[in-house]
Amino acid sequence: MTAEAEYAAVPITVNVNGIKHDAVVEPRTLLVYFLREHLNLTGTHVGCDTSQCGACTVHLNGRAVKSCTILAVQANGAEVKTIEGLADDDPFHPVQQGFHEKHGLQCGYCTPGMIMTAVHLLETNPNPSDDEIKHALEGNLCRCTGYINIVESIKWAAEKMRKQP
Amino acid sequence: MTTEHTSNGLIGASLKRVEDPPLITGKGCYVDDINLPGMLHLAFQRSPYPHAKILSIDTSKAKTLPGVATVITGNDISEKLNLTSSQMLPNMKIPPHPVLARGAVHCAGVPVAAVVATTRAQAEDAAEAVEVEYEALPSVSNAEEALKPGAPLAREEIDSNVCYTMTKNGGDIDKAFADADHVFTMHIASPRQVALAMEPRGIVASPDPFGKNLSVWLSTQGPHRARAEIANVLGFPEHKIHLIAPDVGGGFGSKGPVYREDIVACYLALKLRKPIKWVATRSEDFITTIQGRDQAMTSEMALRKDGKILGLKVQVVANLGAYLHSSTAGPPQRMLGMACGSYQIKDCRVEIVSVFTNTCPTGPYRGAGRPESVLNIERLLDKAAAVLGMDRLEIRRKNFIQPDQFPYTTGTGVEYDSGDYEKPLREALKMSNYDDLLRQCDERRQRGELVGVGFSTFVEPSGGAGFESGTVRVERTGEITVLTGSSSHGQGHETSWAQIAAELMKTSMDHVTILHGDTHVSQQGTGTFGSRSAVVGGGALAVAAERVIEKGKRIAAHLVEAAPEDMTQTDGGFAVKGVPDKKITWRQIATAAYGGRVPKGMEIGLQETAFFDPKREAWGFGTHVAFVSIDRDTGKLTIEKLVLVDDCGVVINPMIVEGQIHGGVAQGLGEAQREQMLYGDDGQVRTGTFMNYAIMRAADMPPMVLGETITPNPFNPLGVKGVGECGTNGAPPSVANAVMDALAPLGIDHIDMPYTAPKLWAVIRKAERQKSP
Repeated sequence: MTAEAEYAAVPITVNVNGIKHDAVVEPRTLLVYFLREHLNLTGTHVGCDTSQCGACTVHLNGRAVKSCTILAVQANGAEVKTIEGLADDDPFHPVQQGFHEKHGLQCGYCTPGMIMTAVHLLETNPNPSDDEIKHALEGNLCRCTGYINIVESIKWAAEKMRKQP
Repeated sequence: MTTEHTSNGLIGASLKRVEDPPLITGKGCYVDDINLPGMLHLAFQRSPYPHAKILSIDTSKAKTLPGVATVITGNDISEKLNLTSSQMLPNMKIPPHPVLARGAVHCAGVPVAAVVATTRAQAEDAAEAVEVEYEALPSVSNAEEALKPGAPLAREEIDSNVCYTMTKNGGDIDKAFADADHVFTMHIASPRQVALAMEPRGIVASPDPFGKNLSVWLSTQGPHRARAEIANVLGFPEHKIHLIAPDVGGGFGSKGPVYREDIVACYLALKLRKPIKWVATRSEDFITTIQGRDQAMTSEMALRKDGKILGLKVQVVANLGAYLHSSTAGPPQRMLGMACGSYQIKDCRVEIVSVFTNTCPTGPYRGAGRPESVLNIERLLDKAAAVLGMDRLEIRRKNFIQPDQFPYTTGTGVEYDSGDYEKPLREALKMSNYDDLLRQCDERRQRGELVGVGFSTFVEPSGGAGFESGTVRVERTGEITVLTGSSSHGQGHETSWAQIAAELMKTSMDHVTILHGDTHVSQQGTGTFGSRSAVVGGGALAVAAERVIEKGKRIAAHLVEAAPEDMTQTDGGFAVKGVPDKKITWRQIATAAYGGRVPKGMEIGLQETAFFDPKREAWGFGTHVAFVSIDRDTGKLTIEKLVLVDDCGVVINPMIVEGQIHGGVAQGLGEAQREQMLYGDDGQVRTGTFMNYAIMRAADMPPMVLGETITPNPFNPLGVKGVGECGTNGAPPSVANAVMDALAPLGIDHIDMPYTAPKLWAVIRKAERQKSP
C-alpha cells in the first residue's frame, strides 16, 4: 500500500448518544480520538497508550469497551454511548449520582470510564458482590480514591436501580 | 480565634462535593480538552539511550512531512533555555538541564528534537522521522553503585556522581554509642515509585497576535510558581503570562515543577505566534515525570538494655536521577529532618549523599522523604525490640516524645509543634483487637502458617513551604467570593474552603464561591503539595475571613449606631447583643461598604487578603496496624487487616479526609506490595507502561478500618493539620513490619519492599534450604 492510500480518509457513519454522525476519518483514527476530536465529546479521556487504564471506556452497541482499542472505522454503523449521553433527560444516571453520593471521585479523570464500566456491569448484574465489582473494575485504573469509594458508589447505584421500576 | 464564634456545623460536616457535577457528566475541562482556533500540536523525538553522546541529528526528512510547521533541536535554541534548580546548599552541583538535549543525553526519554504540526498524528509522525545518531556512553542507575570507585559518571560535566551532601549532628553521638549496651546496623532501601496521576502532563500555550502576552493552560499543582518558573526560564515577563490550571487530573507531587516540554511549548508558541498543545502519552509521562523514593538508608542504632534508644546514625544515599528539577533536591532533606521519627533521640547523626544517575529525575511524590524516614525508623524500632528481646510496643512507648515536651526540637534540628502519640496507638490497638491478632498469630504459626502483625507509629509534617494566600470578598449583593492561592487537583478545596468561609461568615455555602488556579484571578499563591493546603491555604482563608468579619462588624455597628463590641455574629450577618431581631445582613453591610456609609476613617469596600505563613509546620501523627499472611508455597502476600488511626487535628470534611486516607493508603500499599520502577544496570527502562509497572487495581485493595483521634493544632486558626500523605507514610512500614514478623520464624531479618510473590517465594525457599540442609 502506498503512503497516500494508507492515509486515505474513509467515510463512516456512527450513531453517538442517539445522534447520527457522518464523518470522514483516517483509517488509523482510534474511536476515542474520533469522539474527542471530531465530535468534541471530551468527557471520554485518554490515560494511557496500552489499553490498560480504562479512562476511555464507552458503550459500543451496548457493551463497555475501551475506545482506544477500537478504530473509528470499526465503529461504522454502530451505536456508541459516551458519558455525555448517559443520563438521557435526567441530570444524572444513578451511577453518576452514586459517585457523587459516595465520594467516588477526586480528580475526576478516570471517572467517566469508571462510570461507563459500572453502568454496563449493573445492566448485566443488577446485584453484584464487592468482589464482582472489583473484578469488573480490573480494566479501570484510579490513582486518587483507592477504589474503596468507587465500589461503594456502584453499590449505592445498584440499590437505587433495583428499586426503580 | 479573634472573633467570637458559634459553629453552624459546616466545619466537620461530610458535605458532598460541589466539584462533582461537571466531572461525573463528562463536562470537566482538562488541558487536553482545550482546543483553540488554529492550534498546532507538539511532539518530541526522545533519546532511547540512558546515556549517550549525540553525534548528529538530521531533521531534513521530518521537515518535509505533511502538516509540519517547524522542527527544532537543542542547537536551534539558546543555551539559556535551561531548567533551573535553586542552590539549596553551597556544595550542590547543578549540571545543565537544557529543554532540548545539547550534545548528550543522560537518561532515556530526554527530548532531542521538537516538531510542531497541524495535527497530533502529523507531529508524532514527523518526530519519528527525525534521525539521530548516538554514541552510547557507560551509564549507572543505582545510586549506591554510582558512589563506588570506578563507577561511570552519570553527568560527565562534573567530576563525581555526588550532587550534594548534608550532615546534621545532634547531641553527643560518640558518647551515646560508647555508653550503649547494644549496637546494631540495618540497610533499608525504599523502592522507586511513579506518581501516575491519571491525567498525563500537558500544556496549551497561546500567545496574543503581537507576542506580548502568553496564555498558558497547564496541568499543574501550583499555577503561580509554575508561571514564575516559566517566566524565569523563558526570560518573558511574569505579569504577561496568564497561567491557568484548569481541571487537573491528579498530581501527587509530580505536577509541581515545570518540565522541558512546557518551556518548549511556550517558546514555540511565541516563536510561531500560534497556540500550541502538547499532552504526554502515558509512555512519555512514565519516563519523564519526576519519580519518587529511591533512597537507601544504612543505619546504626545504640541501645541501652532497658530499651532506651541512646543514639542513631543514618547515612542516606538518595537517587536524584539525571537532572535537577526545581524540587528534585528536596525529599532527601525531608528524610533527614524527620529521621528520628516520633522518638526522643537527641544524640544522632544523619548524613545525606544525593547522587546523580542515568535515570529519570526524582522529586516529591506523595510523602517526599517522609515515607522513607518512617520506613527506616519503624523498621529500626522493630529490630531494636528484637535485639533486646523486648515487646515492640513497649520500646515505642519508652521512647515516644511525650505530650508535655512539645514544641520539641529533634536531634536533627527540626521542631515538632504538638502531638500525643500514645493516643492513636491506644485507639489502633483497641480497633485492631490487637491481643486477638497476637493469639491468632500463635495459633496459625503452630499450624505452619506464615502470619504477622506490624505497626508504625509515625509523624506526618504538613503545611510547610512558606505562605499561602486567601482573599475574602463580600460582593455588593452580600454574596462571598473567595480567592485562594491553593490549587486543588482532586482534593475538593471548592467544597472544603466553602465550608470554612460559610462557617466563619455565618452564611450558607450557596452564598460562597471559591476561585482558584488562575494567576489573573487570584493574588500570588504557592500551590497544593506536601499536605499543606488545609493548614496554610485554609489558614489564610480563615485569617482573611476574620478580617472581613471584623470590618463587617464595625460597619454593622455604624449602621445601627451601636458600639462594635455590642455586635455579635448572627445567621447571615450581625445583630446587637441581646436584640437578635435588630439584625444587619451581609447584603446591607456590603451596600454600605461600597456606598461609602462606613465609619469615619474606614476605607470603603469589603475585601481582605491574607498571606498566611504559619512559620512552623503542623505535625500530624498516627498509628497504622497491619495483619498479614504469606502463602508459604507461592509467596503471595495477603493483608488480612489494616487499621489506620490518624490524627490530623480538626477535620473540615470527614468524607474528603477519609478519601485522602484511602488514596494515600492505596499508593502506600502499592509500594509495599507491587509497585517499583525498575531500570536495568545500564539505566534502560524496564517498567515504563501499565503493562509492567504494577499499579494498584481495585481487587488489590485489602479491607481497611479507619479510626481517628483529634488533637487540635494549637498553632492554626482552624486547628487543622495535613492528612494527604499519612497513607503513604504510615501504611507501608506497618506492612513491612508485619511481613518481617511473619518471616521472623524462618530467621529472615529484613527484605525491602515491594513484597511481590516472586521475591517472598525466593527468600522463603532460601531460608528453608538453610534450615534443613
